[in-house]
Amino acid sequence: MAAAEPSTGWVRAAAALLLGCCGTALSSSVQDQAEQFFRSGHTNNWAVLVCTSRFWFNYRHVANTLSVYRSVKRLGIPDSHIVLMLADDMACNPRNPKPATVFSHKNMELNVYGDDVEVDYRSYEVTVENFLRVLTGRIPPSTPRSKRLLSDDRSNILIYMTGHGGNGFLKFQDSEEITNVELADAFEQMWQKRRYNELLFIIDTCQGASMYERFYSPNIMALASSQVGEDSLSHQPDLGIGVHLMDRYTFYVLEFLEEIHPASQTNMNDLFQVCPKSLCVSTPGHRTDLFRRDPQNVLITDFFGSVRKVEITRETISLDRNIAGYESKLPKDELAREPRKYAEQLPVARIIHQKPKQKDWHPPGGFILGLWALIIMVFFKTYGIKHMKHIF
Amino acid sequence: MSENAMGSTMVEEQFSLGERALALARDFAAHKKKAGGMPTAWLEKTMWSLGLEVHQQQFSHTLPFPDESRERYLVRGTNVYGILRAPRAASTEALVLSTGCAPGPHNNQAVGLLLALASYFRGQIYWAKDIIFLVNEHDLLGMEAWLEAYHDVNITAVRSSGPLGRAGAIQAAISLELSSDVVTSFDVAVEGLNGQLPNLDLLNLFNAFCQKNGLLCTIQGKLQRSDWDSLPAYARSLQTLLLMVLAQASGRPRGEHGLFLRYRIEAVTLRGINSFRQYKYDMSTVGKTLEGMFRKLNNLLERLHQSYFFYLLPSLSRFVSIGVYMPAFGFLILVLILRALDLWMKLNKTDPGGSDQLSDSDHGPSTTEAPRLLALVPPVLVCHAAGLALYYLPVLGQSVATQHFPVSEAEAVVLTLIAIYVAGMALPHSTHRVLGGPGSVAAARGWMVLKLLALLYLAAQLTALALLNFSLGFLLAVTMVPAAAATAPTGPRVLLALVLVLATPAVTLLLGIFLERELVEAPAAPGEGWQRFLGALGQGLLLHHLHGAFLCPLLALGTYPCWLLLWNVLFWD
Repeated sequence: MAAAEPSTGWVRAAAALLLGCCGTALSSSVQDQAEQFFRSGHTNNWAVLVCTSRFWFNYRHVANTLSVYRSVKRLGIPDSHIVLMLADDMACNPRNPKPATVFSHKNMELNVYGDDVEVDYRSYEVTVENFLRVLTGRIPPSTPRSKRLLSDDRSNILIYMTGHGGNGFLKFQDSEEITNVELADAFEQMWQKRRYNELLFIIDTCQGASMYERFYSPNIMALASSQVGEDSLSHQPDLGIGVHLMDRYTFYVLEFLEEIHPASQTNMNDLFQVCPKSLCVSTPGHRTDLFRRDPQNVLITDFFGSVRKVEITRETISLDRNIAGYESKLPKDELAREPRKYAEQLPVARIIHQKPKQKDWHPPGGFILGLWALIIMVFFKTYGIKHMKHIF
Repeated sequence: MSENAMGSTMVEEQFSLGERALALARDFAAHKKKAGGMPTAWLEKTMWSLGLEVHQQQFSHTLPFPDESRERYLVRGTNVYGILRAPRAASTEALVLSTGCAPGPHNNQAVGLLLALASYFRGQIYWAKDIIFLVNEHDLLGMEAWLEAYHDVNITAVRSSGPLGRAGAIQAAISLELSSDVVTSFDVAVEGLNGQLPNLDLLNLFNAFCQKNGLLCTIQGKLQRSDWDSLPAYARSLQTLLLMVLAQASGRPRGEHGLFLRYRIEAVTLRGINSFRQYKYDMSTVGKTLEGMFRKLNNLLERLHQSYFFYLLPSLSRFVSIGVYMPAFGFLILVLILRALDLWMKLNKTDPGGSDQLSDSDHGPSTTEAPRLLALVPPVLVCHAAGLALYYLPVLGQSVATQHFPVSEAEAVVLTLIAIYVAGMALPHSTHRVLGGPGSVAAARGWMVLKLLALLYLAAQLTALALLNFSLGFLLAVTMVPAAAATAPTGPRVLLALVLVLATPAVTLLLGIFLERELVEAPAAPGEGWQRFLGALGQGLLLHHLHGAFLCPLLALGTYPCWLLLWNVLFWD
C-alpha cells in the first residue's frame, strides 16, 4: 500500500504536467494562429482599373479592363471598393452588332460586361488629371463617394492600366499622356499620405515595362506585359463583331484568374509565369525589389480578392500583448529602413558623377556648310576677290 | 491599308440575297420599258416597302449645244434616293451607294443589287452612319444635280427642285455599274473630274475584299500578271499606267463617282464585266464584297486621310506616289528654265557691246533699246486674243454657223474650234511687222526676248498644272518642252515647224486617242480616230460648260497662246 500511493501520485502529477503542457502548447498554437491572422498586414482591398483608349477599334482595351473587373468582383472586392475608369463605351457603340455586351472570347463565349457593371469614370472623364486625383485623394468635395479611392494605410490596392503606350508614357484618350515619372510621384504621394499598405501595379500596353522603371516608393510590386522596345499584341479577332477582342497578356491572366477562388493559396510567383514568350510573343516583366515580403509568400487573393477571414476558436486569447507588440514593431521597422530618395532612382545621379562621354566628330552638316558658304560669298562679293590672299 | 479604324478584312459577310437582286432587276427592267424612262413611282414604292426613307429630286438643264453622242439637248430628269437611318446613331455621317438609270437594257442588275443590299442592310443593327441608296437619271447630269442640291451649292447652272432630305456629311461613296446576271471580273475606276483621285485607302479596301472573296479584279480593264517580276509583266504594268495617265489627263470622270471628289468625298466606281472567261461569279459574291466594304467604311471615325491622294497605278496592288513621280516632272521644267537662263545670258552679253556704240550715234542705241520690251506687246496681245476667240467663239457663234452652213450645232462648234485653232497659225505673218525696222539689232534679238517670255510662261503654267492634274501637266510637258526649247528662227525652219506642230495640244490629243485605242487592244483606223477626236473636242467643251472641268479653258486661254507665241518666235522674220 505504501508503495502504490506514491506511484499514483506521481502518475497524477505527470498527467497533470502533461495536460498543462498540452494546454500551454494548444494555447500557444492558438496564439500563433491569432498572430498569423494579422500577418499579411492589410485589412481591406481596393482596385483601380483604368482603360485609357477610346474608339471602336480599341474594343480590346475595354474588354481587358472588364475582364479584370469581373475577376476582382468575383473574388470578393465590392463595387464600393472598385474605381472603374473606361474611356469609351463599347457596349452601346452603334457599331456593336450585339448591343449591351462586351466579349472577351471569340464566338461570344464570355460576356464580361454582365448586367451589374458599375463604371465610375466614363468616356471623357477618364483623364490624366482625374486619374491622379483619384490616386492621391485630392478630389473636390463635391465628388461622389463612388468616384473616390478611400483607402487607408491598411489597404492593399490593385492598379490595372491598359491602352496604348510607349517608352515611358501611356496615352490617355488620344489627346494626352501620363509619364512614368508622374506615376512614380503619385505613388510616392500615396505612400507619404499613408494611402496604401501594399500596391500591385499591372500594365498591359506596348513597352509596358518602362512605366514601372521609375517607382521608388516601398511596397510596390509591378507587372507589365512587354519590355521596352516590344509591342504587346492582341489575341483573337471575332469576325462577327469585326474587331480584336482581347490582348494576349490579359487574356492569359484572365484564364489564370478564373482558376483562383477566394480560398486558394496560389502566390505571386505563379502570376509572374502566366504568359511565357511562346504564348504572348512579348516578354512580360515584373519588379519586386521595392516589395518587402517575398513574392512567394504573397497570395493572389491579397490583391485580387477581398478576403474576410473568419477563424473559429473556443479558446480565450489574450490579444492585448500581441497587438501592442505588433503595432510597436511596425513603426520601428519602418524607421529602421532608410527611405529611398527620389534622386537616387534617376540615372541623372549616375551621370553627374561620370566623365562626359567623348562624342565622335562628325563633319559639319549641310546647313552649317551652306551658312558659311553664304557668309564667305557675301564677304567676297562686297570686298572683292583680291582680299582672299590676305585671308589665306 | 493606312487607316487604323478600317482594320483588315475582319468581317463575316452574310449576304445571300443574290436571287432577290436578280428578281428586282427584272422587275426594274420591265417597269423601265413601260415608263419609257426612269420608273420613279415603282422605285419609290419598292424603296418604301424595304423600309427606307424615300425622297426624289427633279432637275433640268439646257446644254450649250446638243450632245450628239447621247442625243440630248434639253435635259429633264428625276433622281430617286432612299435613306437608311442608322438605328442607334445620330445622323451626322452618311455613306452613298449609287447607280445610274441608263436607257435601254443597261445597268438593270445594278439597281436590283442596290435594292437587295438595301433590304439586307435594313435588317442589321451595326450601322453607325446613314446609308443613302441613290438611283440617278442621266448619269453625270443627274449626279451633279443631286450633289449640288445635297450640299446646297450652285457650281453649274443646273436647276433642281427644292431642299432635299439629308443624312449628314457623306464620308464615302461607291458607284455601281452592272449589266449582266453573272460577272467574270470587277473593274474599278478611280479617275475623277479634272483628274482628281480618291484616297488610296478606298482602293486598297476594294482590293482587299476582292482577294478575300476570290473575285477577279482589274483596273483599266487590265489584269495584273502573277509573275510580276518579268518583262511581259512590266510591259503590262506600263500599259496600265499609260492608260491611267491618259484618262487622268483628259479630266473626264471615268464613272459617276468622279463628281463626288470635288466635295472631298472619297468615291470609286465598280463595274461588273461579263467576258468570255469560264469562271463566273454570282450576285451573292458581288453583294458580299460590297457588304464587306460598307461594313469597313462604317467603322471609320474620320474621313479617309491617312493614305495618298496623289498617285499613279501601274496595277491594282502597286502605286507610284507623288514623291516618286514629281522629280521627273521637275527635271523637264528644268530644261525650260535652263534654256531661259541661256537666253537671258545671251541677251545680257550683247549689252556691253551696245553701250560701247553709244558714243557713235546719239539715238541709234536708244531706238534699238527701247522697243525691246514694247515690241513684245503685240505678239502677246494677239496670241491671247486668239486664245479668247478659241474659248468664246465656238459656242457663241454656233447659231451663226448653222445659219450659213449645212451642219448641226455640235458639228458647227467643233469645226469652228478647229478653224480658229488653225487660223491662229497664220498669225505670225501679220504681227511681227509692227516692230520697227527689219534687220536692226533689236529685231534680230527680239525673238530671244519673246522666246524667254514664252518659255517662262510655259514653265509657270505647266508647274501649276502639274500640281492640280499631274498627268495633264506631264503629258503637255513631255510634248511641248522639247519643241519649245528647240524653237528658234535660225536653223532648219521646216523641220522645226513640223516639230512644233506635232507638239501642239490638239495633235497631242489626237495622238493620245490613237494611243489609248492601241493600249486597250482595239486599235483605231485613222477615220475612226478622227471621228473620236472630233467627239472628244465636243465632249471637252460640254464637260467644261456642264460640270466645270478646266481642261478646255486651260488649253484655250493658257497653253494655246503660249504655243502661238512659240510659233511666232519660229517665224520671226
